[in-house]
Amino acid sequence: MPDATGLELLAQDLREADAESVLDTLHFRDRGTLIVHPPAIRATLLRLRAKGYRALMSVHGVDYYPEEPRLGVHYELLDMSALDRLTVKLRVHTDAPVVESVTPDWPTADHQEREVYDMFGVVFEGHHDLRRILMPEDYEGHPQRRDFPVGGEPILFTFNEAQGTAYTQ
Amino acid sequence: MSTYREMEESITMAPVERLESDDQEQELLTLNMGPHHPATHGVLRLLVTLDGEVVRDLKPIIGYVHTGIEKTAEDKSYWKAIPVVERMDYLAYYFNAYAFCGATETLLGVDVPPRAQYLRVIHMELNRIMSHLVWLGTSALDLGAMSMFWYCFRERETILDLFEQSSGQRMHTRYFQVGGVIEDIPHGFEEKLRQFTALMPKRVGQYRDLLHRNEIVLQRLRGVCPLSEEKLLELGITGPLLRAAGNPWDLRKAMPYCSYGDFDFKIPVGTQGDNYDRYAVRMAEMEQSVRIIDQAMDGLPEGPFITTDRKVALPPRHELATSMEALIHHFKLVTEGFRVPPGEVYFPIESPRGELGCFVRSDGSSKPARVHMRDPSFVNLQATAPMTEGSYIADLIATLAMLDPVLGGIDR
Repeated sequence: MPDATGLELLAQDLREADAESVLDTLHFRDRGTLIVHPPAIRATLLRLRAKGYRALMSVHGVDYYPEEPRLGVHYELLDMSALDRLTVKLRVHTDAPVVESVTPDWPTADHQEREVYDMFGVVFEGHHDLRRILMPEDYEGHPQRRDFPVGGEPILFTFNEAQGTAYTQ
Repeated sequence: MSTYREMEESITMAPVERLESDDQEQELLTLNMGPHHPATHGVLRLLVTLDGEVVRDLKPIIGYVHTGIEKTAEDKSYWKAIPVVERMDYLAYYFNAYAFCGATETLLGVDVPPRAQYLRVIHMELNRIMSHLVWLGTSALDLGAMSMFWYCFRERETILDLFEQSSGQRMHTRYFQVGGVIEDIPHGFEEKLRQFTALMPKRVGQYRDLLHRNEIVLQRLRGVCPLSEEKLLELGITGPLLRAAGNPWDLRKAMPYCSYGDFDFKIPVGTQGDNYDRYAVRMAEMEQSVRIIDQAMDGLPEGPFITTDRKVALPPRHELATSMEALIHHFKLVTEGFRVPPGEVYFPIESPRGELGCFVRSDGSSKPARVHMRDPSFVNLQATAPMTEGSYIADLIATLAMLDPVLGGIDR
């Protein structure tokens, strides 16, 4: 984990390449986090890859409801030779949740970006096959969002089917 | 086109070029394998495009056992979320529980007593052996070796008995708690564990005698469906699959957690990255796990088995009768649960299948605002297509077995 100083230096390097790219840094429980301007995500991750963070271990989504911008996408980077981890985060609004896909650089993000799209509705531009992965294809809504109720899933009981009634809550 | 296919219109059936041959007419066949197929190791559906018997393209379709565990966990207090997350990867429940507890402990800043760490190591390594035994039994079954399955499940039974002895449950034990483990190991546990650790290396030797130089195993596995280390890293593959390709990446050694640094063990690696290496690496891992268990039992420190921080862990039962504060805290912990300071943590560990990372976001309340598991099976599944393209469909079955996916973990 980069220490607080190392993290600032890293952020400084990234800002030199693109002044807008890094919005903030965060050092929490010995783990470094960079908060990145959403349009700069792909370029920033590539710059970090050149610095040794060659493995992208996880991509996951978060809903910060009721805070705005609501939707977050987190990238967990790993440097296998320096044994170092770094988290890169970005936040987008729900009305235009578009993020550039990193799958051309990191094929591992394929399934994970699809999951974030499925669960949170973040659209990854440039993903070659962006469709739902865990929920059915014809499913409506994004179930991991915080305003999506638990138990909001309509259930068709055999009883209702026999009765000719529709889905029940 | 049936209505069912219409719903899945976006899945392109055959995006591969037809191979031209001079004299014979060739046709591509798209075959649906699963979701209910004994060789898919769960409810995994594969759309396979075949050119004769050769796999040209493969698309895994998942989500059949998606139960919304991550969503459910958001609705439970931290200690009640443990049994829920345990049910993700149902062959590695101790690992799921540890990843979640570890993330929560990091958020809380709670120190886990050494005895609890050692007890966790013992149980996680037993779980690793158990998971590999299920893998070995079912994989051998896929290759046509029936009796291996019974031998493996015989040893697995002993491990489940040990789990039952320490926690009362055979599967999904809820033994790990935030701050430690729920109870100390009972009398007789060590004796039974020692019997097992003395026996297990012999058993692995017997499995080796049956399989290692077995003509059928060699022909089915050696040189079949290899994938280079570089390609595996690109796809984010971890665990035995990566180690089989010669990269000794193991979080237990690379970034020790839970006092794994105290133990002397080796990381088995392969050289070719083919199915045989994947098989051999897991076999050797079982022996190494036995070594770790023995060392952990030898060096098991005295002391508490759960943190003494009464804001997090339940007070001992006897204190409830004499201490008002203990009673209040017991009541608060059981009803509301402990509150966790706001923050976000990603906690990665080495599960039997690779890097299992748990992401927990706390908003300061007693329920997690987001729980996410980076499940190794989910990521590793992406390697099926590059591994099997151009190989026979029979080798696809063998490769899927050597990939060791657990659909409970993939779909969550």
